[in-house]
Amino acid sequence: MELLIFYPIAGLCVALALGVILNTSPVGSAMCLIGMMLGLAGIFVLQQAHFIAVLQVIIYAGAIMVLFMFVIMLLNLKQAASADWVSRDKNLYITILTSALAIGILYKIVDVTFMADLDSPAELPDTFGTVATVGESLFTDFVLPFEVASLLLLAAMIGAVVLAKPKLD
Amino acid sequence: MEPIHAPESIDLIALAPVLVLSVFAMGVLVLDLWAGKNKTLLMFVSLVGLLMTAISAFAKHPLPAFAFTDSYIVDHLSIFFTCIFTLSSALAILLSAEYNERKGMKAGEYYALILLCTVGMIVLASSTDMIMIFLGIEIVSICLYVLAGFRRDDPVSNEAALKYFLLGAFATGFLLYGMTLIYGSTGSTNLFKIAEFIKAEGAPSSPLLLMGIVLLVIGFGFKVAAVPFHMWAPDVYHGSPTPVTAFMAVGPKAAAFAAFFRVFTEAIPNMAANWEILLCIVAVLSMFVGNLGAIMQTNIKRMLAFSSISHAGYLLIAVIAKSAMAGSGLLFYMLTYAFTTFGAFGIIILLGRKGEENLEMENYSGLAYKHPVLALSMTVFLLSLGGLPPFAGFVAKFYIFSAAIEEGFVTLVIIAVLNSAISFYYYLKVVVFMYMKEPAGEFQISMTPMTLFVVIIGIIGTIELGIYPDPIIALTGLN
Repeated sequence: MELLIFYPIAGLCVALALGVILNTSPVGSAMCLIGMMLGLAGIFVLQQAHFIAVLQVIIYAGAIMVLFMFVIMLLNLKQAASADWVSRDKNLYITILTSALAIGILYKIVDVTFMADLDSPAELPDTFGTVATVGESLFTDFVLPFEVASLLLLAAMIGAVVLAKPKLD
Repeated sequence: MEPIHAPESIDLIALAPVLVLSVFAMGVLVLDLWAGKNKTLLMFVSLVGLLMTAISAFAKHPLPAFAFTDSYIVDHLSIFFTCIFTLSSALAILLSAEYNERKGMKAGEYYALILLCTVGMIVLASSTDMIMIFLGIEIVSICLYVLAGFRRDDPVSNEAALKYFLLGAFATGFLLYGMTLIYGSTGSTNLFKIAEFIKAEGAPSSPLLLMGIVLLVIGFGFKVAAVPFHMWAPDVYHGSPTPVTAFMAVGPKAAAFAAFFRVFTEAIPNMAANWEILLCIVAVLSMFVGNLGAIMQTNIKRMLAFSSISHAGYLLIAVIAKSAMAGSGLLFYMLTYAFTTFGAFGIIILLGRKGEENLEMENYSGLAYKHPVLALSMTVFLLSLGGLPPFAGFVAKFYIFSAAIEEGFVTLVIIAVLNSAISFYYYLKVVVFMYMKEPAGEFQISMTPMTLFVVIIGIIGTIELGIYPDPIIALTGLN
C-alpha cells in the first residue's frame, strides 16, 4: 500500500528535479523546485515524520522558495540570458569516459539497492515524529548540535554581509 | 505531559574552549562598531581570546571526559589540536594585521570570521558524533569561503572564493550522504555506537555501509585536499589573500585530519580491510601528484599549494596506520607544519609590497645577497617542509613513517620516502634562485614588526622541534 503511494511521489520528484535543471527559464526551474519540495514532504509523511513534513512545506516550499522567486523577479532574468552562455568545446574521450563512469556507478547503486536488506523496520512508538518528541530530543540529546548550528548560521550571515556590503570600512 | 529535565550530560566545562572563543568572536563583532578605522584593538582582543581559549582547553579533568550524551569528548587529541588551532589562528591574525592594512582590507569582520572558523575547528576535533562533525566542517568551510574572497576588488580572489564554494558545497553533499548511509546501516551517528555495531555484526559487508565509507573518503578527501579531490587547492591557495592561504593550509587542514582520524579509527576500524586500500591509493596519488605538480610551478603560492597536497598524502599514512603512535605523529606533524608554513608565508608577505605581490620565483633571485637573514630563514622553512634533519619536518615525518612501519605498511613508507626526495627538487629550486642567481631588481621589503615576529616564531619552532622535540612528543602522548 505504502509503495503504491511512494512510487508515484518518488517518480514525480525525480521528474520535477530534472525539470529544475532542464528548464531554460529561471521561473520555471523555481516552480519545479517547489513541486519537488512538496513531493519530498509527501515522502516524509510516508516515513511517519509528520512534523518534519510540515516544516518542509513551511520552510522550503514556503519561505525559501518565495525568497527565490523574489530574487529571480527582482533581477528580471530573461530567457535570453541563457542564450549568451557559450558551451565549451567538448572532448569526446572525456565525455565517453565520464559517462561510462557515471553509468557504472548508477548500475552499482541500483544493484546495491536490490541487494540491501529491505525488511520493514522495527515498530515505531506512537509518539514518533510528533512535535513533542522532536522538540524533546532537540533540547536534550541534540542540544549541542542545535546550539552549534546557530554558530554556523551566524558565520554564514557575517559572510553574506561581508561579501555583499557595497563598501567595507 | 511530564516536564523535561536538562540531561546530566550537559557539561559546560568540557565545552569551555568553544564557549570562550564564541564569546570573543561575537565580542569582536560588536566591538567593531566602536573601533573606528583602526582595527589594531580588534586584533589584540582576538589574540587575547585565542590565548584564553588555549588555556581553557585544559579546564576539564580527568581525561578522557565525555559530554553531551557522548557526542563531545575532551582527550589528549582534542586538547592538543585545540592548541594547534589557537596557535595557527593567532599567527594568521598576526600576519594579517599589516597585510590587510596594505591591501585596504579594513573590515573588523575578518577577525570575527577567523575566530568563528577556529570555533568550528575545535568542534571538529572534539566531536564523536557525525552530526557534530558535519556542523564543525560546515562552520570551518563557510568561514573559509568568505575569507578566500575577502579581497573583493581582486578578481583572482573572487575566483578563488567562488571555486572553493561551489566545489566545497558539492563535496559537502558527498560527506553528508556518506554519513546518512552509515547512519542508515548502523542505526547511530555516534562514533562509538557505530564501532560497537560493526564489532557485534563482525565487520558486515553491507553494501550501504561500504558505499557510505567510500563517500566519507570523498568528502574528507576534498576537505584535506587529497588527490583526486584536490582540483580546488592550487587556484584557491593562489587567489586567497596570503595570510588566509597560510591559515587554510594549517588550521582547517589539521581540523579535517582530526575528524578524519577520529572517524576512521574510532568508528570504523573494524572495516579497515575495506578502506585501507582505498586510502592507500589516495595517499600515494596525493604524494605523486602533489610533488610532481609542484615541480612545474613558477608561482610560489601555487608551489606551496601542491606541496600541501603532498603533505596531505603523508598525513593520510597516519590515518591508515591508525595506531596511538600514528595519532601522536599526526599531532606532532601538524604542529611542525604550522610553524614552517606560517614562517614561509610570513617571508612571502614580507617580500610583497603594495600593488605587487612578487609571487614568482624570479622575484626571489639573489635574495641572499641583499637580505641574507631572510634568505636563510626561507631556506630553513623549505628544508623543514622537505624533511631534512635537523629541522622539525624531519622528526615529524620520522614519527609518522615509523608508526606506519610498525603497523606493517612498508611499501607505503618507501613510496613516501621516495616522494620526500622528489620534493627536495622544488624546495631547493627556490633556494637556488635565492643563492645562485643575480638579483633581478631592487627588493622593497616592508619590514613590518608583526610579520617579522611570526617569522621569528616560525624559526624558533622549526629548529626547536627539530633539535629537542622530547617535551612536545611527551605531550602528544607518545613517550
